[in-house]
Amino acid sequence: MPTVLILGASSDIALAIAKEFAANQYHVQLAARNVQRLAPAQSDIAIRSGNSCSLHEFDAVNYDTHQTFFQSLPVKPDVTVSVFGVMHDEDKAFTNWQLAEQMIATNYTGAVSILNIIAAYYQQQQKGCIAGISSVAGERGRASKLIYGSSKAGFTAYLDGLRNYLFKSGVHVVTVKPGFVYTKMTEDLKLPGLLTATPALVAKTVFTAVQKKKNTVYVKWMWRWIMLIIKNIPEFQFKKMKL
Amino acid sequence: MMRKEIANWGNYPVMESDERSFQFIEELQQVVAQKKEMVARGNGRCYGDASLADTTLSTLKFDKVLSFDTSTGVFECQGGILLSDILDIIVPKGWFLPVTPGTKYITIGGGIASDVHGKNHHVDGSISNHIVEMDVLLADGSIATCTPTLLPDLFEATCGGMGLTGVITRVKFRLKKVETAYIKQKQIKARNLDHILELFEEHKHATYSVAWIDCLKKGKQFGRSILILGEHATINDLSDAQKKAPLQLPKKKQITFPFNLPSWVLNQFTVKAFNFLYYGKNFKKEINNVVSYEPFFYPLDAILHWNRGYGKKGFIQYQFVLPLHAKDGLIEILHRISNEGLGSFLAVLKVFGKQESMISFPTEGYTLALDFPVRKGLFEFCDELDQLVLKHGGRLYMSKDARMQPSVLQAGYPQLSKFISIINKYNPKHKFASVQSKRLLLTETPR
Repeated sequence: MPTVLILGASSDIALAIAKEFAANQYHVQLAARNVQRLAPAQSDIAIRSGNSCSLHEFDAVNYDTHQTFFQSLPVKPDVTVSVFGVMHDEDKAFTNWQLAEQMIATNYTGAVSILNIIAAYYQQQQKGCIAGISSVAGERGRASKLIYGSSKAGFTAYLDGLRNYLFKSGVHVVTVKPGFVYTKMTEDLKLPGLLTATPALVAKTVFTAVQKKKNTVYVKWMWRWIMLIIKNIPEFQFKKMKL
Repeated sequence: MMRKEIANWGNYPVMESDERSFQFIEELQQVVAQKKEMVARGNGRCYGDASLADTTLSTLKFDKVLSFDTSTGVFECQGGILLSDILDIIVPKGWFLPVTPGTKYITIGGGIASDVHGKNHHVDGSISNHIVEMDVLLADGSIATCTPTLLPDLFEATCGGMGLTGVITRVKFRLKKVETAYIKQKQIKARNLDHILELFEEHKHATYSVAWIDCLKKGKQFGRSILILGEHATINDLSDAQKKAPLQLPKKKQITFPFNLPSWVLNQFTVKAFNFLYYGKNFKKEINNVVSYEPFFYPLDAILHWNRGYGKKGFIQYQFVLPLHAKDGLIEILHRISNEGLGSFLAVLKVFGKQESMISFPTEGYTLALDFPVRKGLFEFCDELDQLVLKHGGRLYMSKDARMQPSVLQAGYPQLSKFISIINKYNPKHKFASVQSKRLLLTETPR
């Protein structure tokens, strides 16, 4: 039975992805900070799916520990899904470097650090799959997603590059751009129903994309077209807009 | 902070609330510490205003299974898990819920806060009878484990206590062993009210029993009904095809009620026509068959959002219980309803068995539940019914209530003051309070 590693397993999206893989006959490894908090999720996944689920301590911004973390996994995962990320208020982050740095360090640097290690292992094995949960916010820089968007832009570029880098080794990389999702992160926002996905739908999309070796997937199809339009607005116009 | 419009299943009343969800206990503790007034809310399937408050604590993400012993049938979970999820896990292993209400789309915590009953109340009691232990998060942020013998006051006031003692965060309860996922069903037509009450008595040993009753029929057929009985089917009861996978149910598609029906659609004539067809669909006096548990226990769950059938103004459900000796009262109330012409599509009659509890609704006697679409004059009419219920020694179900007067609650529940004193002990500042608890003066006593 194959194994999936979920990096940043505490979020709503991550747990939905874990459940989806477990329901499709995968062993699940949940990796997160303070991972013991996830003991209820662990029993939940194992009891519902009948497949095993294990907990592993992982801190995305503690780069020095990443090598040891991966080495100490008792079973190396066939699929790795990188879900972790933080989003702060952009106006606050603009003047508070700690907040800005945390977004960059988690969403970009931390992701590159751990995925480099896993990618190298997959390359050596000549197999494996990495799925990264990036964001539509990374497609074009704009005021309301200044730092978050740029960190996700970096992450998207990294995933695309990694796909290219590993192609010859038979290792696949999926870039996932969920758009709006009903989660803890967005609980206080008023989201347009048509454009907003549930964590369960994100999970299904990720699972299918991994199975079908898709390159870049949007969870709700409209987002592909919305972002296409946004990307094609001429900059002289775009810079004046409130987006 | 975002406020959103919420309403429970009756779509009445509707209010704005700051809804907070939590996945970890610390997150819940944080909100409880910050906010002044709040109440836990599961899937919003109580009918009235019990789980409405300025701040609602949505338990839906606190839904993890903690343990399941498939040999003893002891199941342990967090408070926000839906019964539908529990069924998906336990039925394939040969277990069933010890008690289930008429929908599986409720959370276990909500079920305990309402101390829900099912078609087997006369033999198995309500859900609280099957709890091994539970955790309640109290107003001071601490978590108290209670059982019928450990902090018994907290336990008793939490079962049926409408969330006023705290938030039910963990529950351990005993399941019922089953051989198959099917029910051996028997439907018997009853000519009138006397006949259906005789049938209930005759079949009091049946595990499951409930009756649909036509509230609008007058004259000789007053109270005509269909009694529905059920037993868990054994392997031998199944067809050869069913025997191959006795614990699996065929996947069925759900239908959604896509919009609110205009309120004029429901009137005396359409309800009468519906009742005529519903009663008439059973040609034979008695029908015996084997059905899967879903249509037997959850016929309305097959239609998502069926509450929209009552229109935008919403509806209320009126459920009362009268002691067994008050058959005259039942007749009087049914007459009053049929004279008013306010009958609902599915009026449900059941006989409860004995139950001793502080604040839970079930008590030995006849219980009748009906839906009334909200319209002018309805509440005055319900106030009249309340007086009849009280006159005959009965009471109303808080989980279905959106409008009763505090005096009606007081008169129906002799242990109410004890309940209030336990609320005051564990929830002294009335941090846990709902629109209902304030309306019913459960959390409004001058202190």
